[in-house]
Amino acid sequence: MSPIVKRKGEKFTLPSKYLLFILTILCTALMLFTFATNLLDKPLGSIVGYALIPFEKGIGEAGSWLSGRKDQLAQIKTLLEENQNLKEQVALLTEENTLLQQDKYELNKLRQLFELDEQYEEYHKVGARIISRDSGNWYSAFIIDKGTEHGLQEDMNVIAGGGLVGRISSVGPNWARVTAIISDNANVSGMTLATEDNLIVSGSLKGMNEGVIYFSKLVDSKGAVQAGDKIVTSDISDKFLPGILIGYVLTVTNDNNNLTKSGTLIPAVDFEHLSEVLVITDQKQTIEEK
Amino acid sequence: MLSVLSTGILILLLYLLQTAVFPAALPLHVYPNLLIIITASKGFMKGENAGMLVGFTCGLLYDIFFGGVVGFHALLFVYIGFLNGKFSQVFYPEDIKLPLALITVSDLTSGLLSYVFLFLLWGKLDFPYYFLHVIFPEMVVTLVATLAFYPLILKINEAIRVWERKREY
Repeated sequence: MSPIVKRKGEKFTLPSKYLLFILTILCTALMLFTFATNLLDKPLGSIVGYALIPFEKGIGEAGSWLSGRKDQLAQIKTLLEENQNLKEQVALLTEENTLLQQDKYELNKLRQLFELDEQYEEYHKVGARIISRDSGNWYSAFIIDKGTEHGLQEDMNVIAGGGLVGRISSVGPNWARVTAIISDNANVSGMTLATEDNLIVSGSLKGMNEGVIYFSKLVDSKGAVQAGDKIVTSDISDKFLPGILIGYVLTVTNDNNNLTKSGTLIPAVDFEHLSEVLVITDQKQTIEEK
Repeated sequence: MLSVLSTGILILLLYLLQTAVFPAALPLHVYPNLLIIITASKGFMKGENAGMLVGFTCGLLYDIFFGGVVGFHALLFVYIGFLNGKFSQVFYPEDIKLPLALITVSDLTSGLLSYVFLFLLWGKLDFPYYFLHVIFPEMVVTLVATLAFYPLILKINEAIRVWERKREY
């Protein structure tokens, strides 16, 4: 006789151990399926995206409106002061600008001489608003309010305030998940701007709490890399466009093998107070595998 | 039917609260795990099956947006719902000690398992650091959040039970 007994007049219920078994198999299958293919991402992402993103957008807008009001009241005083300072700065900068203009003119002429094209001058960008953050406490990822409908794709780079934030790790029709470079599962190939030495920037939970990012595998036998040096994304990275600012070196220490160095850098982006980001819609050129 | 609907809405609300409202409103390093609270609560209030189904929904929701592998958190939450369901025999609505203990242990377990599968296996061995900076703080804030949200979940549950019993007679 079957163990699923159905008596007259009693509601049919599945014994819990069977349900547990079914759900375990289902979850394991889902896991294997996502490991092997990415067929599942799209339909699941679209369904949940259409159901949840409008709510999150609404909450995000209400929240930013409220905090905007609060900030307006608090900032009027400081703004007046700041205005004064800024006016002085404008005067200074105008002067500097004219000098730079002259330099640029010269630079363009020299570029023409060298026949360098300006391929890294301007990337195409799309602005997006952050509407939700990772619901766990382990990784640093967030959801933005634009997706494939706005031309975004997986692996596109995300920047804010002139620095690298991360890259799009998954995308739906009206949302995209951005994995930040400070996240524990993120590694970026970078290089020092001054000496063009390559290194690996690895996000970590530990560093995140201390406000730094760790880097390693820096080959710098001359000891030329110093605190304060700029670190940008390297030319050899296969996901990140070259020349995007990651941060500034804070400390450098020799590794035990005496060949490479590692240390910490301060990110150029303030990850605690991100609300809007820019997505670079140009993607790194890749070699087609046949 | 009403119970399923209300649970669905509750999961949605808690999820939005956790991912969209809390981060905007509270500048914390660690946020409470509201999905664990609802999964565990439904488990010991309504039994193993309800706990598992709620856990599956919550875990899947989490996985689609933030998990790397779809199914990992779903599986974790299913087992949390199931094991909490084992306590439905000894659960009394008046007693808040058992729910508090169960939810705290559930959150601790999920934290430890997340560490093992997402960090330890990737060679990140500094367990004391992760315990003190993520697992333990999360447990504490979840405990505090339980004090706030558990009575609400209990009230909704009781109201629906009363309403359903009235309809039967």
